[in-house]
Amino acid sequence: MTDASTTRQNNSLLAAIRRRPGLGVLALIFPSLFWLVVFFFLPLVIVFVYSFLKRGPYGQIVWEFNLQNYARFFDPLYLRVFARSFKIAGITTAVCFLLGYPMAYWMATRPPRWRNTLLLLLMIPFWTNFLVRTYAWILILRDSGLVNNALLGLGLISEPLPLFGNDLAIVIGLVYGWFPDMVLPCYAAIERLDFSLVEAAQDLYANELRAFARVIFPLTLPGVVAGSILVFIPSLGAYVTPDLLGGARSVMIGNVIQSQFLSVRDYPFGSAFSFVLMAMMLVATLLYFRVGGRTL
Amino acid sequence: MALSNAIEIRNVVKRFPGPGGASDAAVVAVDHVSLEIRDGEFFSLLGPSGCGKTTTLRMIAGFEHPTEGEILIHGRPMGLTPPYQRNTNMVFQNYALFPHMTVGRNVAFGLQMKKVSKDAIERRVQEALAMVRLPDFGPRRPNQLSGGQQQRIALARALVNRPELLLLDEPLGALDLKLRKEMQIELKNLQKEVGITFIYVTHDQEEALTMSDRIAVMHQGKVLQVGSPTGIYERPNCRFVADFIGETNFLSGVVDGQDGDVVTVLAGDGLPIIVEAEGSYARGTQVTVAVRPEKIRLLPNPLKGSQNSFPCQVDQVVYVGTDTRFLVRLPGDIALTVRAQNVISTPDPSGYYSEGGGPVHAIWPSDAGRLLTD
Repeated sequence: MTDASTTRQNNSLLAAIRRRPGLGVLALIFPSLFWLVVFFFLPLVIVFVYSFLKRGPYGQIVWEFNLQNYARFFDPLYLRVFARSFKIAGITTAVCFLLGYPMAYWMATRPPRWRNTLLLLLMIPFWTNFLVRTYAWILILRDSGLVNNALLGLGLISEPLPLFGNDLAIVIGLVYGWFPDMVLPCYAAIERLDFSLVEAAQDLYANELRAFARVIFPLTLPGVVAGSILVFIPSLGAYVTPDLLGGARSVMIGNVIQSQFLSVRDYPFGSAFSFVLMAMMLVATLLYFRVGGRTL
Repeated sequence: MALSNAIEIRNVVKRFPGPGGASDAAVVAVDHVSLEIRDGEFFSLLGPSGCGKTTTLRMIAGFEHPTEGEILIHGRPMGLTPPYQRNTNMVFQNYALFPHMTVGRNVAFGLQMKKVSKDAIERRVQEALAMVRLPDFGPRRPNQLSGGQQQRIALARALVNRPELLLLDEPLGALDLKLRKEMQIELKNLQKEVGITFIYVTHDQEEALTMSDRIAVMHQGKVLQVGSPTGIYERPNCRFVADFIGETNFLSGVVDGQDGDVVTVLAGDGLPIIVEAEGSYARGTQVTVAVRPEKIRLLPNPLKGSQNSFPCQVDQVVYVGTDTRFLVRLPGDIALTVRAQNVISTPDPSGYYSEGGGPVHAIWPSDAGRLLTD
């Protein structure tokens, strides 16, 4: 093929795109679309199909349609796991908000030249591997850990505080792990806030607290909603943190799914459990968006 | 209380920390300002950007506090009183309407904070919206309004509280010229109607002249002159005020002599200009005579008597619709701008006043000029 014909072909391709702009858009989104379909959507379909099948005696898949896996979810044992997971994720989100919003507010109201430095400082710990950081919390929280040794050494307590191997440890680990995900959206929303609106509120007889409640908070709510979703969802499905920091009785949804796939080798039940988790996350997110969206 | 002071500013200084933080030299935004603003007055703070007018307004509102000096509202020293405890309301430059509330809730905000009863709020909000001629706009959102409408809602939101003082920070700055002119008249009428003291910050001299009862001209943190629009325009007390308000010819020279209240100034290389002035001026003092272009007439023949009358050459003629501007040159190469109203449709059919025409005579009475010593 000569150069001339290549050029002509290219020209005709460009001409085709010009005639039908939709083709150009398709060409641009094709790589990401391909990636999503092959590596995200198809595996999900497989898991979805598995969730209606049966486990064979040796952990193999038996192609027999049934709803048993979903029915098993209503076993009180698993309902309790769900309830606990929701509780822990909820507390984690609340604590992240209570600590993260004031911090985001403080950062966003510093002089502009300081803000990027502060953001960097916030991110630096998260350059370390998540697993390593979670292990570090074991060293801090366990009975012979930093906190307890220090308190024992000072004579403030006579026996170690139960900081490790329970729900408290999981919440601490999760708050630590997802803290930036709350701070960053809140920071972005607060930084965008037009502070002349706050002055307007104060000029109209609203003290600091009421100016916050009536103007600052409602206008930065989208950031809070985004941050809460970013914290709540990974917390709800957390697996490493409860595995390392929680005790034998502090099982969360993620641990159940993991054990179904890796220990019990009950793929269909693990799949069903995953789908129930996803459905709940979807419902929670939609609800949250509706609440957030109405006030905006 | 007819002639009491709505506000008294006593020797107020405001310093801001320098851009480099505490170690840097402080920026003096307001420099020993003293003002008395009377009840019911439409008072303007006029000056170029960075002159301290907005900072002064923000100190009255309570968003900033004076570094030195004192601000009294109706005789009460304000000290560190926060904005929400002051009975003043502000109309912000960008309107600052709450985007997450309807127009009605925006207007009701101040009354809600003051815990006014629900019925009274409803009624007063309706009244306020009617006053700014947007009676049915309550349920709309601020982002559905045009600039002029947002402006009116911002006014309604402030006036509904019946404040002691209404503070306006360049509220018409974002509007186009025609709308601005309309709003100027509307604002002035509204102020007369409600009888509330308005303190109006602007950099637009025409706006200040149109609306104000009195004007304070500010420059570099200082108040240079306070007076009525006529006083400021006709009798500027310094070069900056004369230059900032309207157009002015500055003729610098030295005092040659004084006969009663008429001073003779030798400009350029000895052009004797006579000008009325209060006070006495020693011979040899460096002075400037300021003359407005519209006070000077161009006539074919010289005039005898107590008038300035100098032959001159027409360098340039600029037709600007209502007026014609002449750039002329006096003996000694002194440039002068003259403005003549185009009363007759064609100012000069003979070509006498055209560029290179003439010679003509620039004539102005001794009381048309202003003797300035700075």
